[in-house]
Amino acid sequence: MGINFKKETFRDDYSFKNSPEQVRRFPFPFHEDGYMYSVNIEPHVGGRTGTVFEHLFDVDEHYVSEMQDRAMVLAEDPLRCQSLPHMTLAGWDTLELLMTEKAKSYPEHFSLTRDGDKWHWINRPLGIDDHFTFGDTSTLPYGPLEYITRQSQGDFAVLDQRDNNLWMDAGIVTTQADWSLDFDIGMNFFEWHAPVPLAHELGIFTRALKFLMAMQQGQPARRLNWTMTINPRLDTSPENFHKWGTDRATVTPENVGQKVHLRVEVQMFFRLPRSNALLFPIRCYLIKMDELVSSAKWGRRFHRVLRDLPDELAEYKGLVRYRPTVVEWLSKRDDGKPTSSGYGPD
Amino acid sequence: MKAGSNRIEAVVTDVVAVNELVKRFHFERPDGGILPTFSGGAHIVVEMRDDGRTRLNPYSLMSSPLDTRDYTISVRRDDVGRGGSLFMHSRVKPGQSMVISNPVNLFSLDLRAKKHLMIAGGIGITPFVAQTSQLAGEGGNFELHYSCRSDALATYADVLKQRHGRRIHVYRDDHDEKLDLPRLLAGQPLGTHLYVCGPAGMITWVRNTAAAAGWPAETVHYEHFAAPQPGKPFDVTLAVSGIGIRVGEHESLLEAIEAAGLDPPYLCRGGVCGQCETNVISSDGKFLHNDHWLSEEEHRSGCKIMPCVSRFEGKSLVLER
Repeated sequence: MGINFKKETFRDDYSFKNSPEQVRRFPFPFHEDGYMYSVNIEPHVGGRTGTVFEHLFDVDEHYVSEMQDRAMVLAEDPLRCQSLPHMTLAGWDTLELLMTEKAKSYPEHFSLTRDGDKWHWINRPLGIDDHFTFGDTSTLPYGPLEYITRQSQGDFAVLDQRDNNLWMDAGIVTTQADWSLDFDIGMNFFEWHAPVPLAHELGIFTRALKFLMAMQQGQPARRLNWTMTINPRLDTSPENFHKWGTDRATVTPENVGQKVHLRVEVQMFFRLPRSNALLFPIRCYLIKMDELVSSAKWGRRFHRVLRDLPDELAEYKGLVRYRPTVVEWLSKRDDGKPTSSGYGPD
Repeated sequence: MKAGSNRIEAVVTDVVAVNELVKRFHFERPDGGILPTFSGGAHIVVEMRDDGRTRLNPYSLMSSPLDTRDYTISVRRDDVGRGGSLFMHSRVKPGQSMVISNPVNLFSLDLRAKKHLMIAGGIGITPFVAQTSQLAGEGGNFELHYSCRSDALATYADVLKQRHGRRIHVYRDDHDEKLDLPRLLAGQPLGTHLYVCGPAGMITWVRNTAAAAGWPAETVHYEHFAAPQPGKPFDVTLAVSGIGIRVGEHESLLEAIEAAGLDPPYLCRGGVCGQCETNVISSDGKFLHNDHWLSEEEHRSGCKIMPCVSRFEGKSLVLER
């Protein structure tokens, strides 16, 4: 069964919306009626049908439109994709992983034929049919990382592992929650996490780094993170803050349902085999408040999470300005009943 | 998640006596499919079923990362060790089924290096066999200096010279050939990274010489081959599980914990990766720390132990496991 790819926009007229089926599979990130940081890492294994975790790399109805949005961002700002010279091998690792998994998970949309280092890649939704030599960058229109991530939803950071640390030495970042690859490129794990409040004191980054450095091939892991976005804009970057920052002052009780989005990131971690680098895909999912409250449980729970969120976290996530309006709107959809445990929509 | 749980069923396809001390073992998938890609410097953990006991020993992969139809490792026979190498030498035959782990790399190349300078001693040559294949395949700049006892024990020196010609330099003890390390280091271009794998004394010598010559620590990479040493049996209480175990003479503490049905995390089983670090609740006796993970201060404190390589002598030891 093929995916019904939608034609929609993430800028200007913002025609993005989720189908009811897509709402049901939304990766709602709260398993209880409250939220605090944790190193909530779990094995990234596929298999749960009807969820975004069915395949290692989820392709959904927004695929084609998201890739068009990425191409627009890159055309305006090529520095959104960077790879330091020693990371080319990790780029090939990434290309192999994404092509292999996509062809395996969605054979009706993607095909990969390998004959030694002569590869043939077909991407039907984007109309791509390319022959190239694996390992030879001159046979591709872009570097290996950019080539394959222009065809893959979500941002990708590629982390070099050396000197007992991880280094942000390559990536493509166009669907981000207000961080910049161009700013972070070359930084180590502690440097790029420096702005995050509270977590350093909790020792979370030291433990997380230890875990990530021990990540093994064939045993990927994932965690969820979340924030909120006004208008369904994928590119909420510091570079373009002037285009979206003021949107945060436009929330009114009347437009919460359509304008305010919960933004969930499925963050994954893969050890790459040739380069020994760590691939960190960050896949962004958006859902409108109107769509969210179509699940009574999600509506109740998100109201309680947002209402009780510590101020430091609200500040860091950039929600302070519109939080009261959204909490007030959600409170009218929370009848106070208990919520069932777990993430599902009931 | 448990580290090391990703096991691969394999068949031993060949066992080759390389010289009087070293045998090479070839592993393939039973269906002939390709094994996972790996990077030079990676090791696998080989499970040995030895009369009801399970040994898990790490060995560096020495086959080419560019060709994973098979994996090869080389094992040096250690007649006074705990028996893992003897098991591999005497009991493992072609056609035998064995379980190996996914590759793990704790000794990877720094791909920023303008040049890779490698120093090997004895069986420490094995990770470099894979790394030089990887670098040669991508046109990398490298040079290998290899110390061994004699021509007869110059494991793979001939193969490496055939493959890489003048990039390989061999020093034979019985010919009084000696690597002039200070001179070698002084002549390296900026951006060179130094790698050393061999006996502990050699690693210390290379690290100290490089430090004295002003090499930044980040450019000096080393892999210790700290196989667990045999020792006197000792008793341990595992407080969390509420059980008592005895660690046998030829058994490591980690193996004894596993034999009791526990499943602690591990990666290297050689005292360097830190995964199996265990808290000591109480002790009355002497720790025999053999790891390179804990600090000297932690060794003295008696509050932590690395059960993969370290032992204990005394009246009682209670661990948080």
